Amino acid sequence: MTAFVPWLIAAAVVLPAVMGAGILLALRHRLDASRVASLASCLTLVLIAAALVVEASGGGITSYELGDWPAPFGIVLVLDRLSAMMLLLTSVLALVVMVYAASTGIDRKGWHFHPLFQFQLLGLNGAFLTGDLFNLFVFFEVLLIASYGLLLHGQGPLRLKAGVQYVVINLVGSTLFLIGVGLLYGVTGTLNMADLAVRVAAAPPADHGLIAASALVLAVVFGLKAAVAPLHFWLPGAYAASTGAVAALFAVMTKVGAYALIRTGTLIFGADAGPLAFLTGPWLLPAALATAAIGFIGLFAARALREMAAWAVVGSMGVLLAAIAVFRVEAMGPALYYLLHSTLAGAALFLVVDLIAARRGAHRDALTVAPRFRQCELLSGLFFLAAIAVAGLPPLSGFVGKLLILDGVRAAPGAAWIWATVLVTTLLAVLAFARAGSRLFWRSAEVGGEIEMRALRGPVAGPAAAAALLAALVALTVLGGPVSAYTGAAAAQLFAPQTYVEAVLGGTAGGVR
Amino acid sequence: MTLEMLVASSIAILTAAGVYLVLRGRTFPVVLGLAFLSYAINLFLFAMGRLVVNRPPIYDKAAEAYTDPLPQALVLTAIVIAFGMTAFVVVLALRTFLETGSDHVDGREDAEAGS
Repeated sequence: MTAFVPWLIAAAVVLPAVMGAGILLALRHRLDASRVASLASCLTLVLIAAALVVEASGGGITSYELGDWPAPFGIVLVLDRLSAMMLLLTSVLALVVMVYAASTGIDRKGWHFHPLFQFQLLGLNGAFLTGDLFNLFVFFEVLLIASYGLLLHGQGPLRLKAGVQYVVINLVGSTLFLIGVGLLYGVTGTLNMADLAVRVAAAPPADHGLIAASALVLAVVFGLKAAVAPLHFWLPGAYAASTGAVAALFAVMTKVGAYALIRTGTLIFGADAGPLAFLTGPWLLPAALATAAIGFIGLFAARALREMAAWAVVGSMGVLLAAIAVFRVEAMGPALYYLLHSTLAGAALFLVVDLIAARRGAHRDALTVAPRFRQCELLSGLFFLAAIAVAGLPPLSGFVGKLLILDGVRAAPGAAWIWATVLVTTLLAVLAFARAGSRLFWRSAEVGGEIEMRALRGPVAGPAAAAALLAALVALTVLGGPVSAYTGAAAAQLFAPQTYVEAVLGGTAGGVR
Repeated sequence: MTLEMLVASSIAILTAAGVYLVLRGRTFPVVLGLAFLSYAINLFLFAMGRLVVNRPPIYDKAAEAYTDPLPQALVLTAIVIAFGMTAFVVVLALRTFLETGSDHVDGREDAEAGS
C-alpha cells in the first residue's frame, strides 16, 4: 500500500487533467459518454482520496517530487492529514454535485460543463497538495479559470454581470498574490513552502518588515478567496447568479482560501518564525467576526432563497475563520471539523434551494407566498434539515462543530468576542431560516391549488443527491468522535511543522546555500 | 538616476495607472487597468531576482557570476496566465455589453454622464 502512495498523490492531480482534456477532445458531442466519463473520474477520485486519508491518518507525511527534481529546487506534492482530508471532502462533494448535475440536465444547458468540472477538480486537488508557493498560484489560476466557465454556464444577463465582477476581482487578487510571492522570493530566495519555513525562521531582523508585508498581502489574497469582510462583496452576487449545482461545488472554493491561510499561517509564518509567528491572526480575527455578523445579518436582507444560501456561506466562513485566526492547536481541530461540516451543509442548502426553485415555476426561489408545488413535503423536509445544519442547531454536525469551536477558543485572547458572535449569529440564522421556511411552506400551504409544471428532470435523483449530502452530515455527526480525533491530529501535525519540513527536504535541514 | 530607481518608478507608475483604471466604472478601462497591473507585476517579479546586467542566467564555463533565472521563468508563467485572462475578460465584457446593453461593471448606467 505505502509503495503506491506517491502514485496516488500524482493521480489525484493527473486524473482530472487527463479526463478533462479527454472529454473535451474525444467526447465533446456525446453528452451521455461525457457523463459516464465524468462520473467515473469523480468516483475514482473519491477512492483515491479515501486511500490517501487512510494513509495520512497514520501520521506520516509523504512528499512526491515531480520529475524527480530534488526539493527545494523542484516542485513537490505533499500529503499530510489536512491535505488528505481536503481531497476527500472535495471528491465526495464533486461526486454528489456531478450526479445532481447529470440527473437534472444542467450540463446540457451550455457547452463544456464536464471538461470545466474536471479542470475545476484539477485546480482544487492541486492547490490542496502542492508544497510550492508559486505552484499554489498556478493551481489557483487553474481552478479560477475553470470556475469562470462554470459560473457562466447557462449564461443569461444576470449571470454575465455577476461573472464580470467575479472575474475582475479575482484577477486583481491574482495580481496581489504575485506581489506577495515575489516579495517572499526576493527576501528568501526560495518558493518551496518547507524551505520558506526554514528561511523565514532564520531571516535576519532587517528582513522582517518585508516578510511581514508579504505575509499580510498573501493573507489579503486568501481572505479574498475566503470572502472575509470587507472582501466578501463578490460572493453573494456570484453564487446567487450561478446554477445550483455550480454554487454547491463552489461551497468548497471559499475553503481553498481558508486552507491556504491555514497552510501558510502554520507552516511558513508558524511558531518557529519568532516575531513573525502567526502575525496574520490579530488582523484576521476581527475581520472574521465581522464576516460572521455580516453574513448572518445578510440572511435577513435576502429576497430569494439562493441569496440566503450565499449569505449563509459568508457567515459560516466567518465562524470558521474566527476559529482559525486564533492559531491555537486546540481551536484548529474544531475549525477543521467545522470546515467539513460547513462545506457539506452549504452545498446541501444550495442543492435543496435549486430543487425548490425548479418546481415553483415563475416564483422560482423568491421568498413569496405561492401555491404548493410538486414534492412539497419532501423538499420542505430537506430544507428543514439543511437549514438546521447551516444554522448549527442540534442534532446535526453544525451544532457539534460550533460547540467544539467554542470550547477550543476558550483560552484564546478575544474569546469573549468569539463566543458572543458565534452565539448571536446562530440565533440570527435560526430566525432568518424560520422566517423563510414558514413563508415558503407554512403560509403557502394555505393557498389552494398547485403550480403546474412540465415534466421534471431527475425527480428522484435530484432530491437523492441533496439527501446524500445531508446523510453525509448525519455521518459526520454520528462519527463525530473519530472525525474530530482525526481533525485534532491534523491540527497537531500543522502546529509541528518540523515533520513537514523534514519530509519535504529530507535530513539536509533545508538546502541552505 | 540609477537603474534601480528607474525600474522602481516605472513599476510604481504602471501600478498607479492600473489601480486608477481598475476602479473606473466601465469595463473597457477596467480591462486596460488589469493589463497595466499585470505589466507592473511582471516587472516587479523580474526585479525580485535582483537587477544584474550582462550576466548569463544558465551555466556557462566562462561566467563568473550569474543572474537569477527563476524569476524569468515565473514571469513567463505570469505573462501566459495574464494574457489568457485578458483575452477572456475582453470577450466576457463584450458579451455582457451585447446581452445587457450596458458596459458598466455594476450593470447600471449612471444618472449623470461621464466615467
